[in-house]
Parts: sequence; structure tokens; C-alpha cells
Amino acid sequence: MAKKIDSKIPEGPLAEKWTNYKAHQKLVNPANKRKLDIIIVGSGLAGASAAATLGDLGFKVKCFCIQDSPRRAHSIAAQGGINAAKNYQNDGDSVYRLFYDTIKGGDYRSREANVYRLAEVSNNIIDQCVAQGVPFAREYGGTLANRSFGGAQVSRTFYARGQTGQQLLLGAYSALSRQVKLGNVELFTRCEMLDVVLIKDENGENRARGIIYRDLVTGEIKRCSAHAVVIGTGGYGNAYFLSTNAMGSNGSAAIQCYRKGAWFANPAFAQIHPTCIPVHGDKQSKLTLMSESLRNDGRIWVPKKLEDAKALQAGTLNPNDIPDEDRDFYLERRYPAFGNLVPRDVASRAAKERCDKGFGVNNTGLAVFLDFKYAIQRLGKDVVADKYGNLFDMYQEITDVNPYENPMMIFPAIHYTMGGIWVDYELQTSIKGLFAIGECNFSDHGANRLGASALMQGLADGYFVLPYTIQNYLSDQIQVPRFSTDLPEFKAAEDGVKEQIEKIMNIKGKRSVDSIHKELGHIMWEYVGMGRTKESLETALKKLEEVEKTFWSDLRVPGQADTLNVELEKALRLRDFIEVGKLMAYDGLNREESCGGHFREEYQTPEGEALRQDDKFSYVACWEYQGAGKAPELLKEPLNYEYIKVQTRNYKN
Amino acid sequence: MDKNISFTLKVWRQRGPKEKGQFVSYPMTDIPTDTSFLEMLDILNEQLINKGEEPIVFDHDCREGICGMCSLYINGHAHGPATGATTCQLYMRRFKDGDVITVEPWRSAGFPIIRDLMVDRSAYDKIMQAGGYTSVNTGGVPDANSIPISKEKADLAMDAASCIGCGACVAACKNGSAMLFVSAKVSQLALLPQGQVEAARRAKAMIAKMDELGFGNCTNTRACEAECPKCVSISNIARLNREFICAKLKD
Repeated sequence: MAKKIDSKIPEGPLAEKWTNYKAHQKLVNPANKRKLDIIIVGSGLAGASAAATLGDLGFKVKCFCIQDSPRRAHSIAAQGGINAAKNYQNDGDSVYRLFYDTIKGGDYRSREANVYRLAEVSNNIIDQCVAQGVPFAREYGGTLANRSFGGAQVSRTFYARGQTGQQLLLGAYSALSRQVKLGNVELFTRCEMLDVVLIKDENGENRARGIIYRDLVTGEIKRCSAHAVVIGTGGYGNAYFLSTNAMGSNGSAAIQCYRKGAWFANPAFAQIHPTCIPVHGDKQSKLTLMSESLRNDGRIWVPKKLEDAKALQAGTLNPNDIPDEDRDFYLERRYPAFGNLVPRDVASRAAKERCDKGFGVNNTGLAVFLDFKYAIQRLGKDVVADKYGNLFDMYQEITDVNPYENPMMIFPAIHYTMGGIWVDYELQTSIKGLFAIGECNFSDHGANRLGASALMQGLADGYFVLPYTIQNYLSDQIQVPRFSTDLPEFKAAEDGVKEQIEKIMNIKGKRSVDSIHKELGHIMWEYVGMGRTKESLETALKKLEEVEKTFWSDLRVPGQADTLNVELEKALRLRDFIEVGKLMAYDGLNREESCGGHFREEYQTPEGEALRQDDKFSYVACWEYQGAGKAPELLKEPLNYEYIKVQTRNYKN
Repeated sequence: MDKNISFTLKVWRQRGPKEKGQFVSYPMTDIPTDTSFLEMLDILNEQLINKGEEPIVFDHDCREGICGMCSLYINGHAHGPATGATTCQLYMRRFKDGDVITVEPWRSAGFPIIRDLMVDRSAYDKIMQAGGYTSVNTGGVPDANSIPISKEKADLAMDAASCIGCGACVAACKNGSAMLFVSAKVSQLALLPQGQVEAARRAKAMIAKMDELGFGNCTNTRACEAECPKCVSISNIARLNREFICAKLKD
């Protein structure tokens, strides 16, 4: 292998690594901070918290988002909560336990040092958010309330009704707004990054020095320069067309970095969330998530008898008429220790297993029940309404079914991507001066993310990790003057972007962006979905080539490029989703094992559990771009576990 | 449950902020009632694209009622006929076969039209920048449990904080006032000890900014409360007025 991967893990015992790093890293003095510009692309939890924090440290920050306001980033939609190792409940939690649960939940495919640091700073996040005025749920005594989430045996999840992501994002957005007022952060709303600009330093090494972006209102292509570029643009789940992501969520910034040489790590690791409202028709535009917190009190079941399932599918049987003894609470049956609170990958696969066997409960046979009858009997309707009322209302509005009276129907859907741009311990990508934070990097969740950990990671990266580590990079950049955007590298990048746009506008075919995107989504769900095989992944690669051909030969984008053009925005993103799809298939094909969200049907235990191949695949798969139409090259970062024993995940006892 | 309806859409089309707009009628046939309102617009846009026409521009993103991106004035109501729901959470089962459905953008001096149904709401960001925060830097804050906050206060703060910043209150108000939006943020922070410290300063700064940006005054018509997709209460406006008067008296 030509390139050696240096993940820059600090020396010393696990619990001291981050402290040691901070004690010895280089810093930038306040007078010099003012001279350094940082571009942050994305304004979700990671981007907004990083922009706010770097702004209050005194750097000059330019923050970009595609929506009309930073407050709309898709972090806003996270419902359930945020984990922290506060141990406020006195139930045995600790930094080590949160670290351990996260590593185990990720099926032993994440870096020990990164995850330990995440657990360590989790407590600071809660303190910070409370200081910002985030109205977390509280007990009558005035202390903070907690609830349980999948993959943990302690109650460590802090929440604000079913709108935790909203409240945390509004907290970060408030802090960001304050920095805008103070003149430290400049906002670029309705602006979309279309390329990263690299400039060689005196040693001939590429460094990220700016971006090319499109003003989505005027259609103008513009340039922006900085000493460092940070991307915090979220995940690529919309490659599946139907997902719980927002309509605008996309993987394009990550793919632009990948095309410029940044490695893409573990792309096959995508999370399929078990509790979403089932698909209902071919006009559907997205899938709606029902918070995992519902699994605290709801019980998941399908009928024991196949004839009952058939009657439910035909619509001739009311689920409430099936007696308890004829209900199969399959999670409680298979995983007595964790029951309905097993991690997401396990719960999703178990639902698929039951539906594959014919026990699905709706007309498509692709749904299971999530029943609150028992919680209502135990706690009363008022308590249930107080805890989950807004989720119940949302469910009723969408499905026209009252979940207080009938069990909800749920089915797994694409929700989150653990894979992403490879970063080292400092959150720097394989390109100098280019950093990736939040969901768009690969770093902390391994092959499966635990519930309430995405918010934790986004804010950890933005508030407490990047603001330190980026200084280690910037400290030797203080002599570097601000860059002119007239440099030839900026012109070349802008020309490249304009050429691609022109090419897309000139296809003048017959197919809308959405129709091709739906085709891509079907291929991804069918062949790179919950259960993958060598054969299915090879088929996917072939079919993706065809989709790419269709895109470049038959796409129709109406209107002009030099003005507001929503179809053009979608087309550019779709081009990159096809690349994402291919990366996922390559990675899935290479990883001949099942772990976390990646389930290769060839590798399972007799009980149908994921079977890892630690001797062969205990590594981070980093993919390096080799040029259009060429297969990417694989680089491996070995994962060494020094502090925990790698085991088969067990949620049974 | 599943059935299809046919109806006529009258949609406001306007090329740019300074150009003249007009209603354009689109007959819609056989739309399943379990499609959402925005999915119905997707269907129409797909038809327009296939005819080589430009699709209708409208803001939307999360499609689960939380990002605040979607807007639309539907049959004279902000976010349409359903209460406590955004446009993206509105389903076609609310409409009948043969209906004429009128779709307009938010109309307010504070929110100029960009194109068709898309408006510029950056004024809200500017109001937030004027004071919608607690002035704390990252780090160096006390432990989260060091200040007890009563459940009642925390719940009230959460009620106010559930505002999604969509702009329906402004669109619904005959004065084009942003008082419900401003009061929601001022209330949330004034109710909590962390935000109380600079409550007076915040109320004055946000109101001054709102006035400067051309939003109207509140005359207690309560239209905002009725149309708010998150049911944010106008008792927040009372709380804002209290904060504001107290602040002014101290001046």
C-alpha cells in the first residue's frame, strides 16, 4: 500500500489522551485569530456550534447554508434526545460506560480514542446548552430529567419533549446569531458549495483554501477564500430517495471533497431506523420517523399466527381483536435483557425477518405494530400524551389512525449514515486544512449509531473538539496573508463548476430529476439495503452505471442556470448521489462480513445475527478517488482495541 | 381510506420580487387523498417539467413540520385549513372532489417575494441577531443541575421555544406584526434564570429591530395564535409587553 494512514491518536492512557492533547497542542493568540478566516459549510448542530465557538474565540468565520436560515438545518428534526454521561440518575453511568456502550453499539468498528473523547465532552454539552436557555425536560424538584434509549441499560438521554434536535439547534443558532451581531461570523444563506479549492503550499502540498458556491437565488457562481475549510453538511441517506432526511439533505459537499482527494470512509455503513411510518404509495416524497423514545413505553409485535397476519394484510381483522397470547413480542422474545430497547440495527433486522416470513401487518406486508395499549393501561392516557403527544398527533395526521386506540404501524427506513469523509483525531481530512464535522465525517459511530448519539457527536465536534484541534493546524498559518480569489486555482475550480452546469443544462432529455432519483433509490433499497449479498451488490454497480448513463443522456432541467433554478440544484445533488451509491456498493462488496448496519446475508449466525470477521475486517475502509469512471482505491486504517475486549454483541442477557 | 379526488389549483406565479404576479389555474385529476399537500405540488411540478415548463417554486425541506421552511397561504389560511400543523403536514384528505384550492405566498412587507411562492424571511434572522440569545461563550459555564428550574417554568419555556420561525404569524396578521415570533423567544429566555439576566436588554433590542425592519404593531386580533402551526400562545405577547414595559421603566 502506497499511503500510510496516520490517524494522529495521541500517546498515553485512553482516559488521558484528550487532556494530553489539549495540554500540548499549539494555539493561536488572540491578535492572530483576527487575521485567520475559516469557512464553515453547513449550519446544523456541528456547523452552527463550530461557527459560534470559533467566532467567540475571535476567528473570522464565514458560514454557508442552503436554506433561507441556519435554523432550518436538518438537525432540527431530531426528536428523541442527547446522551451524556452525567449519571444524574445515580444508575451507574460513567464516561467509561458511555464510551463502552458506543463502541459496542457501533459493533467494534470505531476508534477507541475518538469515542472516549466523545464520551468525555458529552457532559460539557449539557452544561453549555442549559446556559444557552435550552428548555430541557425537568423533574418537579427542578433537576434535569432523563430517559432511556436503545443500546443502553442506564437513563442518560436528555430531552426537550419530542423536539430535542430543534431546541439544541436553536441554542446553537442563537449563539451563532450573537456572533453575527458581534461581527465575527458572516452568514451566506441560500448558498450552496459546489467545489473545494486547493492551493499548493511552499512544499508542494495541497491545502484547502476556499470554496466555489452558487447563490441559489441569483444563480451566480461565486468564490470564497479562507485559511481553512470545514464541512458540516450532514449525511448522504437521500441516495435512497425515500429516507427520513429532509428533502434538501445531500452528500454533495462530501463528494466534492472526495473528488479532490479526501478519502471517503466506510460508505456502506448506513443506519436503517426501525420506527418509521411505512411507505404508502409511489408519490411519497419522504419517510417520517417516529422517535426511538417511543420504544421506552411501546411494545413491538406481530401476530403469532400466520392466518392472523394474512387477515390483517387483507384488512379483515382489527389488531385490537388479537388476544395477547397470540401476539409475538419478538424483540422481548429474542432479546430478553434489552427487549424493545435493542440497538437500531438489531431492531430493524428483526422487523425485516418477521415480515420476510410473512408476518407483516399492513396491506404491503411491510409493517409491524408498535403498541401503546400496555403503557396506557400502566401509566394512564394523560401520562402517555404528556410524553409522546406531539408524536401521536403527527402519526394521526399522516396515517389517519388514532394511536391511542390502535397500535401504530412502523417499518425500518434509511435514517443516518455512519460512513463519511475520513478524518484523523483532529477531525482533519486527508487534505490539509480541510476538516469534516458531525454526520458528514465517519468518526465515532462505527458500523451502527446508538440513539441520541448524533446530537452528542455534532455538538461535541462543533463546541469542544474542532475549536481546539483546528488551532493546531492554524498556528503555523498566521504568517499566511488572506487569499485573493483571483488566484488561478479559484478560476480553474469555477470554470470546472460552470462546465458541469452547462453540460447538465445541455442534456435536454425527457426525464425529470425526481424520476431518475426515484430509480436510483429503488436500486439502493433493493440491492444495497437491509440485507446485502455479493450478487446484489454487483448488480447494484451495474444498475448504477445505467442510471448514470440515463442521467447524462436523458435528464431534463427546465429554465436557465443563471437564475433561481430548483431543478438544477436537485440535478447537481443527484449527480453526486449516484457517486455515493457506487461508493456504498464498492464498500459493501469489499466488506465480507456483517457488522452493525451492514448486513451481508452470507455472514450470519444460525439465529440470524450479524457475524463479524474480525481477523479480516477490523479496519476502517478508506476509499480514494481515481478519476471519473474508474473504481476507487481502497486504503485501510487498522483498528486496534487496547482498552476493551472485542466481543460478539449480545443483547440477550 | 384510499380514494382519489380531482380539483382545481389556483397558484400565484411571480417571476421575481419586482415583477407582476398572477394566479394560474391547474386542473388536478385523480390525486390520492393520502398524498400530502406538498407531494401534490410535486406531482404538478413533475407534470409541468414533463411539458417543458418551469416548475412552481416553493420552500420546503424537512416535510415533518419542524424546520419551518414551508409556508403557503392556502384558501386564505396560513399553512392551510388544519390547525396545529404546517403545510407539509397537511394531507389531501382535508379537501373534497371538485374543490378550488387557492395557493398564495406569505404576503407581508417584511417578507418580499423571491419567486412564485418563495419569500425572503431573512428579517427573522436579523431580529434574532439583535438579541435572541444568552450572552455566553462556549465553555466556562456552571453544571447543568446547579440551578434548579421548576418543571412548570421549564414547560412554559418549552411551549414558547417550540416556535419554528416559519412566519405564519406575520402572514396572518393584518398589521404584518412579528410580535408572536419575537415574544416566543423573549418569553422562553425570560422564563429561565439563564436568560433572565439580560431579559430587559433583549426585549428592547428585539422590538427595536422588529420596528426597524418594517413589521407592524400588535393590535391583539389573535390571528397569529389561530394560524400558528405550533399553537404558540399570545400569552407570550403579554409576557413580552411586561418585559418591555419593565425595561422601559428602568431606563
